[in-house]
Amino acid sequence: MAGLRPEDWLKATERGLWCAPADLYIDPVRAVERAVVTHGHADHARPGNGRVLATPETLAIMRARYGDAAARQAQPLAYGETLDLGAVTVRLVPAGHVLGSAQVVLEHAGQRIVVSGDYKRRRDPTCPAFEPVACDVFVTEATFALPVFRHPDDAGEIASLLASVALFPERAHLVGAYGLGKAQRTIRLIREAGWDRPLYLHGALQALCDLYEAHGIDLGPLEPAAGRDRAAFAGEIVLAPPGSLSDRWSRRLPDPVTAMASGWMRVRQRAKQRGVELPLIISDHADWDELTATLQEVGAPEVWVTHGREEALVHWAAGRGIRARALSLIGREDEDD
Amino acid sequence: MKAFAALLDRLVYTPSRNAKLRLLADYFRRTPDPDRGWALAALTGSLDFPNAKAGAIRELAREQTDEVLFALSYDYVGDLAETTALLWQTQGDAEAPGLADVVETLRQAGRTEVRGLVSGWLDGLDATGRWALLKLITGGLRIGVSARLARVALGQAFDTAVEEIEEIWHAVDPPYGALFAWLAGDGDKPDVAGRPTFRPFMLAHPLEERTDLDPADWLVEWKWDGIRVQLAARGGERRLYSRTGDDISAAFPDVLAAMDFDGVLDGELLVRDTADPASADPAAFNALQQRLNRKTVSKKMLAGHPAYVVAYDILFDGAADLRGLPLEQRRRRLEAFVAGHGHPDIELSALLDAPDWESVAALQAEARRLGREGLMLKRRDSRYEPGRKTGLWFKWKRDPLTADAVLMYAQRGHGKRSSFYSDYTFGVWRGGELVPVGKAYFGFTDAELAQLDKWVRNHTVNRFGPVREVEKRLVFEVAFDSIHASSRHKSGLAMRFPRIGRIRWDKPAEEADRIEALEAML
Ligand SMILES: [Zn+2]
Ligand SMILES: [Zn+2]
Repeated sequence: MAGLRPEDWLKATERGLWCAPADLYIDPVRAVERAVVTHGHADHARPGNGRVLATPETLAIMRARYGDAAARQAQPLAYGETLDLGAVTVRLVPAGHVLGSAQVVLEHAGQRIVVSGDYKRRRDPTCPAFEPVACDVFVTEATFALPVFRHPDDAGEIASLLASVALFPERAHLVGAYGLGKAQRTIRLIREAGWDRPLYLHGALQALCDLYEAHGIDLGPLEPAAGRDRAAFAGEIVLAPPGSLSDRWSRRLPDPVTAMASGWMRVRQRAKQRGVELPLIISDHADWDELTATLQEVGAPEVWVTHGREEALVHWAAGRGIRARALSLIGREDEDD
Repeated sequence: MKAFAALLDRLVYTPSRNAKLRLLADYFRRTPDPDRGWALAALTGSLDFPNAKAGAIRELAREQTDEVLFALSYDYVGDLAETTALLWQTQGDAEAPGLADVVETLRQAGRTEVRGLVSGWLDGLDATGRWALLKLITGGLRIGVSARLARVALGQAFDTAVEEIEEIWHAVDPPYGALFAWLAGDGDKPDVAGRPTFRPFMLAHPLEERTDLDPADWLVEWKWDGIRVQLAARGGERRLYSRTGDDISAAFPDVLAAMDFDGVLDGELLVRDTADPASADPAAFNALQQRLNRKTVSKKMLAGHPAYVVAYDILFDGAADLRGLPLEQRRRRLEAFVAGHGHPDIELSALLDAPDWESVAALQAEARRLGREGLMLKRRDSRYEPGRKTGLWFKWKRDPLTADAVLMYAQRGHGKRSSFYSDYTFGVWRGGELVPVGKAYFGFTDAELAQLDKWVRNHTVNRFGPVREVEKRLVFEVAFDSIHASSRHKSGLAMRFPRIGRIRWDKPAEEADRIEALEAML
């Protein structure tokens, strides 16, 4: 098939990226008949699709969130396995973003396109590491695609949390963390730093923590924050979804130090807007150095940028002779991580 | 530098005063000399690096990346020092500089050396360290810590009364080795005799209503509507201090020129009414405000708003410390001092004739009309003691002004109040439209706060980050000390000390005040 261009068989549509020869949508924003879902975050995994292809972990997360609406027919595909869909082969490869997160490797007519979904390159004790796959087109996210985003070592961030707990023993430390991925990774990191006391959870975090544990990720002793005496929280660490930080829910805690685990915490203005007193720069998305290193590593002559700060990444790639363009997919938001 | 950077970083995000004090005290206790001394100097605004300028930083930042990426980054971050700190690409593995190295080197450095020095230091630091370094050298840390707060923290760190630290503050210099040695118990208290240092003020308690005080025991005088100052002249040096112990001499050369004496006086700083030269009364507070918070002052400003002082008390006459004498005796010494000194810009605060409570109350009722802030009542036998001592001095302020205004916006508070909408912007009617006239965040009880928070959540019409716009239906009776014209506010008015007097759940918004009523209070 001489003259076939990648955009002839993978197209940005208003429902999401669509692989025409397999009639397969990747992370569709509206219900479709056949979808492949990179990971369980709400702007990627939506309910109501027909046949849904994803890792077994992602399918379990979708089921926990959406129940029967997760898919009419779930089709688990483990990392590394391949599936033929007519003229297209599909393979899922770890993306290192959250439990179950995958890059989608599509092959058709001798061309290979890798759709990264969301990803990061640094170690995460709750999911397997990103695997670079050489390809003709690399479709990348760009959440933190500005050279000001260089995430620090996460152990240092946890150390500052524990130092604060020591300095303010009469206060609770309330850590805002996105419910899927960030919360569990933060808990693991706190455990690795030697904190073995119970951690207290906002009710909304419980189900996904249980799910992680069921997948063999040991989170140590966790207790619900509800129904506990106010004074009992002094010197303790409580985790809650970011939206609950300054909500009425937090009034159950004694003068809490409000912390938040997010890559956005790198920029002071962003942290202050959220009313955060202790920003923890812990991100599940690649920072600038990870993004640019990944683009070089996969060696794709062409890069499509899905969501985030596309302009900077497209500019950088162009300067290195990579054909790059922004897809401007609708329905993708800056995630709270 | 690492500990200092961590401190600044934490302070930036910490709204509560107590938490700030803890962070500062912890730093002062743990950090060795001379680093902690230089940090204290930076926090109190006592450091200046004339050869380090923001322009040099901008140049350094631009070299880090291409123009497009720099522009996108700066646009996103919004602060040059922070953008630079985040963009910086470390070259080699330079060692992290110590705070003392940075300060001591930079103080000596010539204009042409600064760039190379800063660049080398940036290489040795992480992003937070680079941000702190750039904030430090370009001055103006702007982290919500006043010089006074830093001194209070110092007192907390070493279990020493802040008044004791304030007494010697202006006689010690960065990096404050002798000060820390004394605080840590390893040295004598620095000797301040012969220096015009600050002496902590004696303060008054508010007197809300008539009590059973016997007027015969009290001296009564006006509480002038200016700012409280201390005039200290010793060994040929002259200083003017604000109530927080800040040296404000540079902004008031006219007052300094009048201080041709040796001693320490307590008084009120005021501005003459140049519009009405025949008047013995000072200009309104607004005129004095023109002269505050300035590093230098123009000739025009000096002529248009000449400052003078009304003296209340005398602390030192020459080397003689009079603070242990009863007020009545100090008063006689003050009268003699002011008369003997004979400068027209240092006046004596008159004693008022008030033999009984009726006449005290009558004077208080006159205060607003006369442009006074209220009355001072001081026990005749009171010694001059630092701080607010019970039962010795009282202030009886003029009654506040009030207006009925409509709640327009509510903002979430900080710290303990971060889950409550506790900061209220209110407005009055101009024609059919509400214009904001002020903002208040106190004056209500905790129970009322909970009610207000609920009301705000249930009547929100718009949200902007931490701010909610509400339906225009809730009326506050707002109390405030005075109101003045202001070009910075859409309404053209600004209130002084506004607070929520009462929540008028019952009052319809249409019946709130009109702007004309407030303008009449100017
Ligand atoms: Zn995601
Ligand atoms: Zn995403």
